[in-house]
Amino acid sequence: MRVALQITCVNDAMFPDTGKAVVRLLRRLGVDVDFPGAQTCCGQPMVNTGYLDEAVPVVRAFVDAFAGYDAIVTPSGSCAGSARHQHSIVAERSGDPALVAAVAETAPRTYELTEFLVDVLGVTDVGAYFPHRVTYHPTCHSLRMLGVGDRPRRLLEAVRGIELVELPNATECCGFGGTFALKNADTSIAMGADKARHVRDTGAEVLVAGDNSCLMHIGGMLSRQRAGVRVMHLAEILAATEGAA
Amino acid sequence: MSGTFVGMPAFPTAAREALADTQQRRNLAHATRTIRDKRAAVVAEVEDWEGLRLAGAAVKEAALRDLATHLETLEESLTRAGAIVHWARDAEEACAIVAQVARDHGVDEVVKVKSMATGEIGLNEALEAEGIAAWETDLAELIVQLGDDLPSHILVPAIHRNRAEIREIFRRRMGDVGRPAPEALTDDPGVLAGAAREHLREKFLRAKVAVSGANFAVADTGTLVVVESEGNGRMCLTLPEVLVSVVGIEKVVATWSDLDAMLRLLPRSSTGERMNPYTSTWSGVTPGDGPQEVHVVLLDNGRTRALADDVGRQALRCIRCSACLNVCPVYERVGGHAYGSVYPGPIGAILNPLLHGVSDEQTASLPYASSLCGACFEVCPVRIDIPSVLVDQRAAVVDSHRGDRVPRSGSHWQEAVAMKAAAWTFSDSRRLRWAERASGLAGRVIGRFSRTTLPGGRAAAGRLPGPAAGWTGARDLPAPPPESFREWWDRTDGGRS
Amino acid sequence: MSARDDILRRVREALDGVSPAVEIPAAPRAPDRGDLVALFVERVEDYRAIVTRCAADELEQVVRDALGEARAVVPPGLGVEVAGATVDDGLTATELDAIDAVVTRAAVGIAETGTIVLDHRPDQGRRAISLVPDLHVCIVDASQVVADVPDAIAVLDPARPLTWISGPSATSDIELDRVEGVHGPRTLHVVLVG
Repeated sequence: MRVALQITCVNDAMFPDTGKAVVRLLRRLGVDVDFPGAQTCCGQPMVNTGYLDEAVPVVRAFVDAFAGYDAIVTPSGSCAGSARHQHSIVAERSGDPALVAAVAETAPRTYELTEFLVDVLGVTDVGAYFPHRVTYHPTCHSLRMLGVGDRPRRLLEAVRGIELVELPNATECCGFGGTFALKNADTSIAMGADKARHVRDTGAEVLVAGDNSCLMHIGGMLSRQRAGVRVMHLAEILAATEGAA
Repeated sequence: MSGTFVGMPAFPTAAREALADTQQRRNLAHATRTIRDKRAAVVAEVEDWEGLRLAGAAVKEAALRDLATHLETLEESLTRAGAIVHWARDAEEACAIVAQVARDHGVDEVVKVKSMATGEIGLNEALEAEGIAAWETDLAELIVQLGDDLPSHILVPAIHRNRAEIREIFRRRMGDVGRPAPEALTDDPGVLAGAAREHLREKFLRAKVAVSGANFAVADTGTLVVVESEGNGRMCLTLPEVLVSVVGIEKVVATWSDLDAMLRLLPRSSTGERMNPYTSTWSGVTPGDGPQEVHVVLLDNGRTRALADDVGRQALRCIRCSACLNVCPVYERVGGHAYGSVYPGPIGAILNPLLHGVSDEQTASLPYASSLCGACFEVCPVRIDIPSVLVDQRAAVVDSHRGDRVPRSGSHWQEAVAMKAAAWTFSDSRRLRWAERASGLAGRVIGRFSRTTLPGGRAAAGRLPGPAAGWTGARDLPAPPPESFREWWDRTDGGRS
Repeated sequence: MSARDDILRRVREALDGVSPAVEIPAAPRAPDRGDLVALFVERVEDYRAIVTRCAADELEQVVRDALGEARAVVPPGLGVEVAGATVDDGLTATELDAIDAVVTRAAVGIAETGTIVLDHRPDQGRRAISLVPDLHVCIVDASQVVADVPDAIAVLDPARPLTWISGPSATSDIELDRVEGVHGPRTLHVVLVG
């Protein structure tokens, strides 16, 4: 099976440690993951802001970069959702039948990391060790657009040493929402403030989620509050092993 | 005697003001939480809720896709049953028809059942201009009307008010328009409801003309349906001599048996009950029982515009249950007024632009009033994919400005430039590599001068000026790492060397 | 062009090229819950209505007890002797407002939702009489109880005016807290016969 990592533009530029963790984790599970260097972004920032024409060349770059892979794995529920549900809209808009056909190939092969681990590799215990008090925030797109369900939880529960605590109002949006965080900054912050309060109420040391964009928002607020909670991508916890961290 | 949405600022500005209203924040948080829990409990009771949603969505979708046929059938059935059918292209025509009926009977007042359509067309204001008082009889509508306020919710237009505020409005205003509130009025909800009962009873007993909407209109039988709780609907539909119902053309369902799914979906989604206290159905005139002159005004007012939109058409399936408002994290914090329409919340954010277009700044701001979290779609009883329609309407906003020679504002111009620049960068990985090098350099600079450390140890930017202020006003921003992932991959052969 | 023709034209233009074919899946039914009458009683009581079960020969006494001192109006075809009651012959709303109670029969009872449906035939009377008085005593025969909404829809005649009643008048308009008693009867007393 040829497996490609879609790092996502945000992780590439801002959170390379998450990508390194995915590579480490997948290799440990026997998957020789590839990184197609021609990849850029899934196009979601343009699509969700209404710039569909601008998203066309970006989606084209995506399908070109990932053509021929059996699985495209991404550590982002949001970007997986974009590839699976929005690329076809952009392709239709382009009026280019070749792009429509190419999207029909890549869209169903795009997996969010926990889907790939649980559904394709069939593992929930990835041999991780992480002796910290952790709370998990299910991000909206992984929860509602992809329907990842309890996959992330099952993976976390199998981590040795972890103390997993329930996040109150967990399924409520954190208020990031892409350009929403800037265009409606006041509302976004009001939502984020409540999410940060719920995180603090858990007494957790680490907030974990499957999307670094949401974590950048919640984590940015927690940091500003000097709350003493750090944020980590799920991949980084799953990649952690005894003695390594 | 009511406020107006005319001249409302765009959503972000209205939201900023609403967020500062501490009383409203508390009222909304309490009310939405209460109703969310009730809904969840009665929905969980239904074995195959998803199957019911699919049936409900299909009933409405089927009616919409053959709407002309169903409207003609409805007109025939209604006429056969003794009703007088009118058609109104827009708000102005609809208001004129209602006013004419009132004038024909020489009345200076009408009683009203809560109706979104009449709110949408501004009927009360139009009647007032003709010297006809329109008395709202739903408790929440009464609270809004007496308080010179604006509705902020589809089901409970006074959701932004708590019991103490309602008591104050009743004490201050009831006496101006009829029977005053009793001296001993407390803020107990039962006592407040009792005061509304006393105040409105004299209006019900003397009214000659009533105005209603309809939740559903059954084409093959000419039956209108009003779903309610208090009995004010029954009063208006039963006691007066004349009844005028303003019905949006999208309210049509094809057959009587189509009501089955709808009557099961609506109360559970709306008030969180197995069934609402009262549902009235009537087909034209029943000799010797109820109004003997029955008018039905079939209203377009933008619905055919929405119908022509292949993605947005599904919004016309809406049965006005409000479940999407009650679960929306934006609505919960901002409330309904910021949407500038009788249709607030997620459904309002798509319905208003679909009905009226996106040419004004206020309406154009609505599709962006969402984090696209998808909670609305999850609860919608007729499966309206609100997030997808929001994104599509955002595209409609952007497309409507593609030919502009003068940008509509500095921030929109910045956004368009930023998006085009991002698209250019993301179209080719070599350009992205350059951009990441620049960001890595910026990261080194921020790292050197940063006085902020994220929990865990990473350097960060605190408050920054300019375009970054929107983010850093309340959130620290991690400094970009000196090396991007792709640079690391190339340097280390994917970590193998 | 008339508004009618204009709107119908716009509708047709809007749907140009849109297939009208939509398959409507059958709405799922409520699961079989066994004793329908017991479920009906439980669900009606959930709305804080009063329910009294009785045999046919006890009906008159039960109605008398339910009314107590209240002055009642009855429809012409009620078929139960209610001492001192006014038989409706087209009373005005104001006249009805001076009467405390009403006794009617019903067309259907729905177990799943605890709903009573009136179709306003002579044993139930005009819509106004079961609306204006503050106490509604409603006689439902056990044989009239159906399982759920689709069963009710199937037996009801849409040509008649219908009133679906689920508990006493109520509102949730103040802080989304449900309180009973607004404009309709504040007390609903269901007498279940058989």
